[in-house]
Amino acid sequence: MYISFNNKPSPDEAAEPGDNGSADLAAEPGVKRPRGLRTVSSTVITLGIVSMLTDISSESVSAILPLYITGVLGLSTIAFGVIDGLYQGVSAFVRIAAGYASDRSDQPKWIAFIGYGLSAIARVGLLFATGFGALTAVITADRIGKGIRTAPRDSLITATSSPDSLGASFGVHRTLDNIGAAIGPLLAFFILLLIPDGYETIFAASLAFAIIGVAILGFFVPNTRRVDAAAAPKAPRKKFAWGIVLRGPMRRVLAGAGILGLLTIGDGFVYLVLQSRSDFAAQWFPLLYVGTNVVFLACAIPMGRLADRVGRARVFVFGHVGLLAAYVVAALPLADIASTLLCLVFLGAFYAATDGVLAALAAQLTTPETRGTGIAAAQTVVAVSRLVAASGFGLLWFTLGREQSMYVVAGLLVVAVIAVAILFRPFLSSTRSLIT
Amino acid sequence: MTARLKWTLLIVISVVALGATALIGFFAWQAAQARNTSPSAVDTTAAPVTGDRIVFRNTATGEGYGHIASVPLDNPGAPRSLMDVTCDRVAATNDELACLRTVRGIAPSFVALVLDPSGTEKASWPLAGIPSRTRISADGTLVATTSFVTGHSYATIGFSTETVIRGADGSDHGNLEDFTLTIDGAPFTAVDRNFWGITFADDTTFYATASSGGRMWLVRGDITTRTLTSVAEGVECPSLSPEGTRIAFKHTVSGSGPTVHWQPAVLDLTTGDVTLLPETRNVDDQIEWLDDSTILYGMPRDGVPGDTDVWSLAADGSAAPQVFLEHAWSPSVVRGS
Repeated sequence: MYISFNNKPSPDEAAEPGDNGSADLAAEPGVKRPRGLRTVSSTVITLGIVSMLTDISSESVSAILPLYITGVLGLSTIAFGVIDGLYQGVSAFVRIAAGYASDRSDQPKWIAFIGYGLSAIARVGLLFATGFGALTAVITADRIGKGIRTAPRDSLITATSSPDSLGASFGVHRTLDNIGAAIGPLLAFFILLLIPDGYETIFAASLAFAIIGVAILGFFVPNTRRVDAAAAPKAPRKKFAWGIVLRGPMRRVLAGAGILGLLTIGDGFVYLVLQSRSDFAAQWFPLLYVGTNVVFLACAIPMGRLADRVGRARVFVFGHVGLLAAYVVAALPLADIASTLLCLVFLGAFYAATDGVLAALAAQLTTPETRGTGIAAAQTVVAVSRLVAASGFGLLWFTLGREQSMYVVAGLLVVAVIAVAILFRPFLSSTRSLIT
Repeated sequence: MTARLKWTLLIVISVVALGATALIGFFAWQAAQARNTSPSAVDTTAAPVTGDRIVFRNTATGEGYGHIASVPLDNPGAPRSLMDVTCDRVAATNDELACLRTVRGIAPSFVALVLDPSGTEKASWPLAGIPSRTRISADGTLVATTSFVTGHSYATIGFSTETVIRGADGSDHGNLEDFTLTIDGAPFTAVDRNFWGITFADDTTFYATASSGGRMWLVRGDITTRTLTSVAEGVECPSLSPEGTRIAFKHTVSGSGPTVHWQPAVLDLTTGDVTLLPETRNVDDQIEWLDDSTILYGMPRDGVPGDTDVWSLAADGSAAPQVFLEHAWSPSVVRGS
């Protein structure tokens, strides 16, 4: 990956690509660049590092939370899953609001800063929280912070990337992000290994990483604005148009993402199916999530590049085949180590093909004025539909049993992937903005 | 702000933040070392306690924190006899100990051990998750364990428990999920059923909690027929009294999930009467019977993370709770004979 340390894409990078966007390789004469390499701006790298540090911060804590609750607070963890639904709902609402605020205020950096800042402040609370209630409050604040920061950050990534390498940019960002998510739990367990009751040290480390992340964001990420107030004080400001987000291609994206989200039941269930059958999965249960993350980070850049070349919508839709494969492998009576590892690979590939790519797709199909809201809307639809999927699958699990309900969801997913591919046909292979 | 100033500030912030973490870590490490090597906050003795006794997890700071300890039943304030064995939960008979332990590591693992009274390992097997409850049958032939299966705590799946019965030699008598469950006379096959908190009546019969769809039942289990039959609803974490006619349990007073409040209660198995006991704090433990008129349970100690006390309460609700054994957890009453 060639990394440019300019914040603006170079002129030839931003040059008109040819058909299907595969032609931004019209490199300067004399500069020979291998096919497929694109520039990623330093802002994308910086935002990736901020996300990495923030993920180290949050994942280190969440990995040890069950041990902390039972071992230190002396409570059973039975209650824990229940609060999840609550903060997911709050987080979805906050996300749209933050995306909209970022568009309207034209201050994406500072909206993102509030989100990162809130999560960092929540970590201070961890150092003093002693009961389950306080702990719940801290985690909720952390998740609200996450809801706030996501859309403005993704709109900053878009603003500082060439439209033709948007997928690669998001790929780079998600790679760094997931490096953090993989390091976090390992760091936490390592601290516990050194210091038997080192929870306070983990909380302190979590706060330290969060603060450094926020500082890097504050100091080094430019507040890339659409309106350059100094240069064009009289320029008429384009209006924010909800129509861009709610009609035209974006409506299809929201509908398609929602349909697929309804069949995305969450890794937790896949891990549980594996764990119920496989000694290997049971033994490594705490690390299955890390394994998925490692595959995600390894595939995020290739998937992003692929999306730039063959169309973001296409990669997003067919990325769900990875999810399908994970469901089938989890339900099939295969040898345990093989099925566990295959599941992790498929899940990781699925996330790599859909997470950053969806943001790139939403950015591609919205105007700069509506980008934050558009990205937030797409991500919210996914988050909410997955939440519905998780509870719906709970019912299915209840009536049909583990493997059978996996097969049912897998069957529905086959239909959904085909249907959404048809729904996305107008822009399935497009890599250019359809909005003028 | 110039680039140079920004970099300087970032470096200062990073050094301070990571330096402070390292310092906290260093002091925590030092404190942990000091705690492990400093004399115990309670009086201890090397002489083993025999006869009627309480076996429990010692939570007094200092040497022996987390270790199995025992004190005479008639004098719980006496110096504790500590074993060189750490456990999260412990159950005991006169001849053996069941010990559930979290093994620290880059991927923490969980294990159940059966030990003889000197601490020699007789059997062990892996647990699926964080240790929660353990019990031994009166004749010492069976060991029951419950563990919480937790993956990533942000996962949206609620929780899952694994409750298994093993022979004291490690032989497998099955996971309760594989037993045939009958609720109110009808077969019950819902897949989201969970089981926890076994209490043995004898070496074939036991009681436990079954739950599904937010409801909970007291079930009577039979190991030979591998069946579970509901006895009463709303009875969680049962504990059979020594004379075998009453069940002490956690009664849900209010709330659910994170806001749940449990109050200790006693169910009379012959009449079905439930007596709520006068304890206003939230009790999250499997109750242990001291004798036919008194129950014991662990409570976290206010403001001291990681420390707990064992409280006693009259089983007929005639008296207020009082501290029975300070700095202790997971009490197990042993009748030595």
